[in-house]
Amino acid sequence: MTSLAYTRFELVRTFRNVRLLVFSLGFPLILFFIIAGPNRNEHNFNGSGISIPLYYMVGLVAFGAMSGLISSGSRIATERTDGWTRQLRITPLKTTAYFCAKVGTGYAMAGVTMILLYASGLSLGVSLGAGRWLEMTGLIVVACIPFAVLGILLGHLLTADAIGPAVGGLVSLLALVSGTWFPLGSRGFLHDIPQFLPSYWLVRASHVSLGGQAWTAGGWIVIAAWTVVLAILARYAYLRDTARV
Amino acid sequence: MRPRRSRGIVAGMQSDNTFGTIGVELRGAAKSYRTAGTVVHAVRGIDVSIARGETVALLGPNGAGKSTTIDMLLGLISPDSGSVSLLGGPPKEAVARGMVGAMLQAGALIRDVKVRELVTMMAALHPDPLEVDEALELAGLADIAGRRTHKLSGGQAQRVRFAIALVPDPAVLILDEPTVGMDVEARRAFWLSVRAFAARGKTIIFATHYLEEADAYADRAVLMSRGRVVADGPTSEIRARVGTRTIRATLAGVDTTELASLSGVTAADRRGEAIVLICSDSDAAIRALLDAHPDARDIEISSAGLEDAFLELTADPGDAPNHAGQQEALV
Repeated sequence: MTSLAYTRFELVRTFRNVRLLVFSLGFPLILFFIIAGPNRNEHNFNGSGISIPLYYMVGLVAFGAMSGLISSGSRIATERTDGWTRQLRITPLKTTAYFCAKVGTGYAMAGVTMILLYASGLSLGVSLGAGRWLEMTGLIVVACIPFAVLGILLGHLLTADAIGPAVGGLVSLLALVSGTWFPLGSRGFLHDIPQFLPSYWLVRASHVSLGGQAWTAGGWIVIAAWTVVLAILARYAYLRDTARV
Repeated sequence: MRPRRSRGIVAGMQSDNTFGTIGVELRGAAKSYRTAGTVVHAVRGIDVSIARGETVALLGPNGAGKSTTIDMLLGLISPDSGSVSLLGGPPKEAVARGMVGAMLQAGALIRDVKVRELVTMMAALHPDPLEVDEALELAGLADIAGRRTHKLSGGQAQRVRFAIALVPDPAVLILDEPTVGMDVEARRAFWLSVRAFAARGKTIIFATHYLEEADAYADRAVLMSRGRVVADGPTSEIRARVGTRTIRATLAGVDTTELASLSGVTAADRRGEAIVLICSDSDAAIRALLDAHPDARDIEISSAGLEDAFLELTADPGDAPNHAGQQEALV
């Protein structure tokens, strides 16, 4: 009941913030059209037999969903500065209900980004079987859970000034080392380390539609482990975050 | 929507609880902060007990420890030592039961919502809220309920905070410097609403450094300075502790030394035709004055403002020297 009321409130607030919508929904779309638009007829990217619009569409779906979810942190940081977090703490709203509302709102943003990118892909002639599409989308949704929680954690740790650069840098770095922009090598440092990152499995989820393999057990374990660790930290950060900012 | 309870039952329930029950209790509560290597003793062990249904002003200059005390009452921070209880239990429990409403000092209201949406959502978080319309009405927001929160003036934003604090229909209402940013008219309207709410048997605690507010609207004032309670009682009693009333009269040709020697007078001053007598006992002084000088006219007896009491009580020279590495609270 209270959880629903607060989630609805958060959704209304988020989708009414035009500047936020334009930047967080618009940026992945612009990137997609800049990269894929001029190469819309390239159907054999790097000799892989994959079309460039498809490759970048799925890469940006993963990237856009991830940044959409982490961006809830910026909103939280602003709410703390405004004293809203403290006001909320003197209501009966439960910690889990608060987290559900924040995660739910993040997923709503991520969902809109994904839909817009799929539509953009279609407009450049991308075609994808329903099975592949469903499998990819389902895995992306799961792979995004740690990022939803990470957004909340960062929001309660960092100030409104610091969180923009921090999130921007982190998302770019993760996207880079996880193979959003170009395929990872098949061996070595840059191949091994990313496998312990949730963003690697996120990108791999998106590559299901490129004919890549689905997740191994390792993928599920990495995602679950990051989720648990980040959730514990986020809960701790939220509970101790009662000071005036 | 959940069913609302009827007002009549509420009134009955409240009066059963009101008599003699302790609403708020601080026992030896102390809180310090460490900032940049120095220890700030914000609250240095205070004992305050407030009965249900009382309206109490937490009075003091900036840095007295008022906001830290309020944060402890709300369970936002825990005391380092001593105890805090709200409605007979830990503050967090009272908050979880939806018994507490508060107006905090804050930078801005949450953005991108309309006033009514915000108040409605806050109502939905509590088990037994007021009707949203009633809260909007009480806070004087009925005509701006459709406005976005970030397009309000400072005074309007304060009224929205007030509505947020009221809508839970809390047993305890805590207001941290609530009239900052309000003009005179808004202030008067605000305190009228607070009074109306207090009349429902609510316990109200407000922090202020406006002495008139404490004087006019509180049953009792707890005067804080440098993290300690320096006076606690009816505002009239606090004034009496400094003990001064002033007699002004028009009386020509009498020497100030003679006036100063009258019973109940501690000092006398002359300003042209007018005399000013500072009294420790104004009743005795006026009798002595009229006995000795029946021709005194235009007589005024006034209390020293709470302002004077305040300055006298909070300027505590014995407390002034700081220990090395310590710093007075600025919170």
